[in-house]
Amino acid sequence: MNLIIISALSGVVMMFSGLFVKNNRTISYIATALIIFLSLATMCELGAKSWFNIPQAEAMLRTSVYGKLIGVILTIATTFYFVLSGKDIERVGKHVADYYALMFFVLAGAGILLSFQNLLMLFLGVEILTIPLFILTGAQKQNLKSNEASLKYFLMGAFSTGIMLMGIVLIYGAMGSFDLSVIGKKAQFATPIHGANLMGLLLLLASMAFKVSAAPFHFWTPDVYDGAPTVFTSFMATIVKVAAVVAFIRLFEGSMEPFHTSKWQILVSILIACTLLVGNITAVFQQSVKRMLAYSSISQAGYMLFAVFAFNAFGKEGITIYGLSYSLATIGIFSVLSKMQDITFDGFNGLARQYPGIAFALTVFVLSLAGIPLTGGFLGKFYMISAGAASNSSYTWLFILAILCAAVSVYYYFRIIQAMYFKERVSDTPVFEVPVSKAFPILLIVVAALIILIGINPQILLQYLYF
Amino acid sequence: MFLVLLIVIPLIAGIVAIASQSAAIAKIVGLVASLATLGVLLNVLCIPNGSEALAYSKLWIGSLGANFSLLLDGPGKIATLLTAVSFPIIFIASWNNGYKYGHQFWGLMLLAMAGLMGVFLANDMLLFYFFWELALIPTYFLCSIWGGEKRIQVSFKFFIYTFVGSVLMLIGIISLYGKTPDASFSWKSFTQVALTAKEQLFYFWLFFVAFAIKMPIFPLHTWQPDAYEQSPTTVTMVLSGIMVKMGLFAVIRWLFPIFPEASSQMAGIVITLSIIGVIYASLIAIRQDDIKRLIAYSSIAHIGIMAAALFTKNNMGYEGAVIQMFSHGINIIGLWIVVDYIEHQTGVRKMSELGGLAQKAPNLTILFIVLAFANVSLPLTNAFIGEFLMFNGIFQYSVCAAVVACLSIILGAVYTLGLAQKTFYGEPKSLAAIKSDAPLNVIVALSLIVVMIIAFGVYPKPLFNLIGLVTGAN
Repeated sequence: MNLIIISALSGVVMMFSGLFVKNNRTISYIATALIIFLSLATMCELGAKSWFNIPQAEAMLRTSVYGKLIGVILTIATTFYFVLSGKDIERVGKHVADYYALMFFVLAGAGILLSFQNLLMLFLGVEILTIPLFILTGAQKQNLKSNEASLKYFLMGAFSTGIMLMGIVLIYGAMGSFDLSVIGKKAQFATPIHGANLMGLLLLLASMAFKVSAAPFHFWTPDVYDGAPTVFTSFMATIVKVAAVVAFIRLFEGSMEPFHTSKWQILVSILIACTLLVGNITAVFQQSVKRMLAYSSISQAGYMLFAVFAFNAFGKEGITIYGLSYSLATIGIFSVLSKMQDITFDGFNGLARQYPGIAFALTVFVLSLAGIPLTGGFLGKFYMISAGAASNSSYTWLFILAILCAAVSVYYYFRIIQAMYFKERVSDTPVFEVPVSKAFPILLIVVAALIILIGINPQILLQYLYF
Repeated sequence: MFLVLLIVIPLIAGIVAIASQSAAIAKIVGLVASLATLGVLLNVLCIPNGSEALAYSKLWIGSLGANFSLLLDGPGKIATLLTAVSFPIIFIASWNNGYKYGHQFWGLMLLAMAGLMGVFLANDMLLFYFFWELALIPTYFLCSIWGGEKRIQVSFKFFIYTFVGSVLMLIGIISLYGKTPDASFSWKSFTQVALTAKEQLFYFWLFFVAFAIKMPIFPLHTWQPDAYEQSPTTVTMVLSGIMVKMGLFAVIRWLFPIFPEASSQMAGIVITLSIIGVIYASLIAIRQDDIKRLIAYSSIAHIGIMAAALFTKNNMGYEGAVIQMFSHGINIIGLWIVVDYIEHQTGVRKMSELGGLAQKAPNLTILFIVLAFANVSLPLTNAFIGEFLMFNGIFQYSVCAAVVACLSIILGAVYTLGLAQKTFYGEPKSLAAIKSDAPLNVIVALSLIVVMIIAFGVYPKPLFNLIGLVTGAN
């Protein structure tokens, strides 16, 4: 509850601060202070009661320990995002306070998605999450690509929301309730599954797959991620995506009992396989790092979907580790990328000699995304695939495919390392558009250290799951 | 506790070396740390096998059942001894090689050493996998930054090859983990996994491919000659001297105990492949003109014999292979030291452009000739002990295989003596003249190796004592 209410209030505060504060830097400081407060507030909620006790809302929103932990992860990731990319957000356009406000609203939407108990809240959460994103995508008003991406995202997003509504309506028709637990109870006795219910579930599956950009519903992702201002791509690819995956799990976990059978796993396994293949193979051919990261985020979503395949404790632990390490690594890479002149692989040439600290941190991020041991990314992938293997070991082909895709991903991730360390810089143009501050490499290294810490000792995170 | 030190000393020294920003300090840190590791290890080696002091365990990831657990057994003793002995020698031998960004070079070497130690000590499957990769990553950077012209492509090929192998192993680990009786990654739980014959075969191959790529066994060897050639020679010493032993060691520590039936059943195929590789690599070595490639292929041949001997699963083959792990490791490092010196002095690696080095460098020649004899496993050298036992083991398994494998001794003599003759004897070529005899540090490093070659060739008992009771084979 803390997350939803405080982030919504913070959003309002940010909007007003845009009226009174003219200095962009000050606005960033206010936003950073608010997000730090927000993450502390979500942390306080972990082992204790929420600050806001609203018993009437129980039927609508019910926060589990798991949801709270994910909330903490999202806010921590956002904190790092604000700190690392604050200056880039200021450079996007004139309405800096509004951008921050919109991002706080996105967090409020994420908060709802982590705790919804009613299909209407799911719809509301998804809308609160995505509508600010349409605006953020189009934030560069003078840039045609940004406008196009925004429009595309809006049209596709509206379409998928329509599908989601249709699904919710069909389920309501079959089950007579929007409440997840009621639907779950009724579904246990309703065999064979009701036709309308089945159709509704499939529509929900499709629309959620759209939100997490799983293939074959991924077509909007590369264009939108590429067109949006780089700083906001970072936000969309990490915090929003993790929230959507968790909502995906929550939606299908308790309520869709009859569907849990082998048929469900066939569907999801096809979804995962397509996502992994499309994401990885297309990423190999990209020349722009930004676009490569867009495709790689598709493939990363494929790994996170293993939790939806498995629905077990392993999968949940995995999402916690995966969500944090993936978000931190991607935010880190994007924070460097959004400062760079040339966002192709060549732009990274010789970075290690000029900025050894930044290059080291980037190496850790890339290793984590590729799933090399000692990083959180490895343990994340490990947990996800273990979750799949623990729930149904007859899908060996899927696990082998997933792991081979990880090997493919090494190819395109390592191109960044190769450029930074092994290639010399040819042109004289500076690497970065704006001079980087002295604190920036140190902050990046702190984030990298955090990723390694998760990779070595995930207990510091997982212990909170079992209070 | 001592076991932890074996990993921690090089790890911390590596970080210190990188942080020091000075090549001179990094070199001293490296030498001191590797000697300290050797000191600790020699202390540990006196403890008899199976003793409590040779195991260490601490809870790591509780919810997964993974422990930070280390164990030093017979083959582990040989492998760690090889690592601890080799690194000081490598550091001494390449003391004067000025590398650009030297502190990073020495630091990464030390990190690789920590990874290798971890692989040889880990007694927990997940931990083993961690170190397996940890050893790979510094090597990848070492090859790619300081290597030859084609370094980026070649080391990337090497990385992808080994990474694909390790992820296959990872699939095996995850699946077997699900079948362990107590959901744990410990060596013991993995050996207790009950598998049907068909499952054993499937998982056997998942693990074996990872190890076979590392060794490398024909036909998975194609990364190796390129990687050895393009890497800086100092790194090649680590790659060929120690890192390939990871594959052999993993077969002994993990593959045989987990899949006893499958490994016996598949022994025929593995031995055939290994022996094909031995003959194939020896024949190619004869045709090589580049010294580095020649030694690379000779290494494939030697490793092939070791793999074949291991898979015979009899005592002789097993003991021979373990002894040979050590002998081959130091011998080949010696050869690389000579190559490194020649390359630095003359700037060429082609035998056709070299010749008559003996006239200017008599000391180097004498040491090299002893190394060459060891490479063809002449009696009284350490390699003879291992090879003799291994051929005996292979002979017990199959006479036919032994006959074909023995050809490798003849072929080995052809290319090794050819190498000695073309580079050190004959008329000196004007293009690639060597100016003086090897400097003190090279002579010291080579002498240490030569002393070990002869000492263990005459009196190998200390090594056999280290192996102790035969546990892996039956």
